[in-house]
Amino acid sequence: MAATLTVDCRKTFPGRFTAAAQLDLPLDPPRVLILFGPSGSGKTTLLRCLAGLEWPDEGRIQFGSTTWIDVAANIRLSPQARWIGYMPQDYALFPTHTVTGNIEYGLSDLPTAARQERVRELLALLQLQGLEQAKPAQLSGGQQQRVALARAIARRPQLLLLDEPLSALDAPTRAKLSGELRALLTQLAIPAIVVTHDWAEALTLGDVIAVMGAGQVLQVGVPQDVFSRPANAEVAKIVGIETVVRGHVVTNDNGLATVSVKGTTLKGLGADVSGSAVYVCIRAEDVLLEQAGSGITSARNHLSGLVTEILPQGVLVTVTVDCGFPLRAMITRGAREDLGLERGSTVVAAIKAGAVHLVPRSG
Amino acid sequence: MNWIAIAVTFKLALLTAAVLLVVGLPIAYWLTFSKRRWKFIVESVVALPLVLPPTVLGFYILVAIGPHSPVGRFYSDVVGHPLPFTFEGLLLASILYSLPFAVQPFAAAFAQVDHRLIEASWTLGVSKFKTFFRLIVPLSTAGLITGAVLSFAHTLGEFGVVLMVGGNIEGETRTVSIDIYDEVQALNYAGAAKTALLLLAVSYGVLLLVYAMNRKVWAIWPQR
Repeated sequence: MAATLTVDCRKTFPGRFTAAAQLDLPLDPPRVLILFGPSGSGKTTLLRCLAGLEWPDEGRIQFGSTTWIDVAANIRLSPQARWIGYMPQDYALFPTHTVTGNIEYGLSDLPTAARQERVRELLALLQLQGLEQAKPAQLSGGQQQRVALARAIARRPQLLLLDEPLSALDAPTRAKLSGELRALLTQLAIPAIVVTHDWAEALTLGDVIAVMGAGQVLQVGVPQDVFSRPANAEVAKIVGIETVVRGHVVTNDNGLATVSVKGTTLKGLGADVSGSAVYVCIRAEDVLLEQAGSGITSARNHLSGLVTEILPQGVLVTVTVDCGFPLRAMITRGAREDLGLERGSTVVAAIKAGAVHLVPRSG
Repeated sequence: MNWIAIAVTFKLALLTAAVLLVVGLPIAYWLTFSKRRWKFIVESVVALPLVLPPTVLGFYILVAIGPHSPVGRFYSDVVGHPLPFTFEGLLLASILYSLPFAVQPFAAAFAQVDHRLIEASWTLGVSKFKTFFRLIVPLSTAGLITGAVLSFAHTLGEFGVVLMVGGNIEGETRTVSIDIYDEVQALNYAGAAKTALLLLAVSYGVLLLVYAMNRKVWAIWPQR
């Protein structure tokens, strides 16, 4: 049987909430699991249970053949004994130590020469050369993030746990570093669990995503599938992005990108996109539906297609239009009646370029 | 000035501060990080010398180390002479008397160390013991120096405990404060004034050091 990380545990914070998680992550080949959800959904609690910094009230966590915790059998493996790399949200760099001191902190068992060699490797890998003697307070946010990553991976951990690895950064740096982080995770080939509440990060970084809400794991799957086919209304509300399709950037003119999706051409904002392979992400509420042949609008994208599905949801209706790819639009019941929409109707979907989000993907 | 008394006093204060720097660390660590419900009992015991009259504290120490107590008998069996009215007895009393002056600044400094840093150290495979010396102590230097300096200064000026436990033996247990008292009793105000001024100057200098350090006025430190 292939090695698996099995989590089945529960922790109650009296008077606040109960976090319960059940999931399995195959460890071979190494994958990146995203814990996705709004704040307070229990993502960080689960990550801390995995790190050994929080003890569940019941249940067990099994990593391959090692039991990390089994409350019933009274087994509790300390964080020191788990051989993990953990990066908390604000990095928790040691202020009294230099960049080198931080990176080699967990390497004191190595002989001096091997330790120095490993630090040199990591400084090169994370482009930190020249900053060896700097203290954390002298570094930019992006540099601090890289030092924290270098420190977490220095011991070659068997599992990497990253809590909101990019959230402390400003938006342009975040976009740049999320691509770098994905490349690094692929290169390291260590199973990783990444907590985030940002769907673009989830798509860029994750092989598998677990959507969490109110302390529960609600759906597990490939990010693109989970985003475009949420298991229930709760997941749909949490992910909040109804159309996710693969596309290729054809041209990128000063940040206004032309993208090809299964033969259909779309315009979207791609200032942060460097490669050609992207996910095209569109929220249903950003899609306008109009009758074919109406006038010119400011929207850059007008896609004509057939209505394939109509799902009433309260006062709103989710309409799926086949424009070469399934596009979801959210309109009111009244609008549906005025347009006379039924399955098989022809309709034009209008989307502003600014509502077409392009997220880089690998391959 | 009675230079012998001054030498005894400084020797006593230095040794007291040094011993407390070693003994106070584990006590302060336990008081800061333990989650035991009965922690307050130990906290109260450690703080007791702050409120107890020195004569009362001295009396109990004298009884506890005297020839009729098991501790006192054991000591005199091993060493060959009883503990009261010796420098060693005085040192033990000074350590107990100054315990809160060391432990409280230590514990306050430990409590200010961001717990996320400590957790990060654990996840890097570093034991709790090593984390203490490699991370918590370097982050608490100001508190450690404050505790050591305060226990030094506090020992310099102790009177009641010295009189009860140490007596007044020249070159052994006769400290500066006892000397000043004796000078005044002998109506030698000029002699008392000189020694008192020295004690005042040293105490003031020590406190200047502590307060200056806690305000981080030493710009040579990296956090500035």
